[in-house]
Amino acid sequence: MNDLWHNVWIYIAIMAVVTYLIRMLPLTLLRKEIKNPTLKSFLYYVPYVTLSVMTFPAILHATQSIYSGAAGFFTALLLAYRKKSLPVVAVCACTVVFVLELAGV
Amino acid sequence: MSSEQTKKIKGDRAKQFKEGLRDGVPIALGYLAVSFTLGIQAKEAGMGITEATVMSLVNLTSAGEAAALTTIGSASSYLEMAVSQLIINLRYMLMSFALSQKVAPELGVLHRMCMAFGVTDEIFGISVAREGHLNPFYNYGAMSITIPGWTLGTFLGVLMGNVLPDRVVSALSLALYGMFLAIIVPKAREDRHVLIAVIVAMAASWLCTKLPVIREIPAGTQIILLTVIISLAAAVAFPVNEEQEASEHE
Repeated sequence: MNDLWHNVWIYIAIMAVVTYLIRMLPLTLLRKEIKNPTLKSFLYYVPYVTLSVMTFPAILHATQSIYSGAAGFFTALLLAYRKKSLPVVAVCACTVVFVLELAGV
Repeated sequence: MSSEQTKKIKGDRAKQFKEGLRDGVPIALGYLAVSFTLGIQAKEAGMGITEATVMSLVNLTSAGEAAALTTIGSASSYLEMAVSQLIINLRYMLMSFALSQKVAPELGVLHRMCMAFGVTDEIFGISVAREGHLNPFYNYGAMSITIPGWTLGTFLGVLMGNVLPDRVVSALSLALYGMFLAIIVPKAREDRHVLIAVIVAMAASWLCTKLPVIREIPAGTQIILLTVIISLAAAVAFPVNEEQEASEHE
């Protein structure tokens, strides 16, 4: 272990505290229902927008080839559109990728 | 409170916990794979198995931990560590805000503080998909499987390195995105405004990986900027009215 790693526990403690405070403060301090229509609407859209941003185009590069990633993406889109449950959508998308990559796609 | 009522509440808690556990299983599998690769990186960066495992247990964040390996490796100051984690993980603050409106207003501080530890992209995703008020026991159920999955993955990654076939890691890494889509799509199907926001968000996110200069911005920062700008634009263009909310609870 070299010198750089001597204070590794302090680094870990700092990152853990910062990350926890970010997660904890709004949820704990905001006890009332927000009345402001714009802020309320903003928070209504946040989950869907942020998940969309994280999913695309990252999903295309998550697997070994862009084709298997795209196939997994469309599989998940189709099943989610048919309102299949979370685990079903996830497992089917993974299976499609696995089978396609096994076949060399 | 009668014993009958107490029994009902306890039964409901158990049911919520079980549902959280069930929805947490695919997340835990995805975490195991992602965290395994993180463990490999930690080992390559020179981190010991104890440090790496504890880091995953107390942080529970992929982007944050991956960035931390670079930060520690380059002997940055403690302040730099704090600021970089703040920026990379700032999206959790938006999620925490959104969850504050999703739980029952009378929910106690202790429950809020415990739930907060498990605010990750994926647990947040399944939380917002719940009908009505979010019960903390649902989150505890999800956390009880996902946190061990994430921690174990890093441990195994440091311990075993590259033994899991690439093909398996590759397929598992799609689980997380599959779940995200299972949350987004049904909502976009019933609310045209969400659909528009989702399409714009995906298109903008794709553009950001292509445009010069912008593509150099770290992914965590891009996510925050796009989320704030697009959600705000959607809020101004399509304010949510009371009727929509009412239909949401039906």
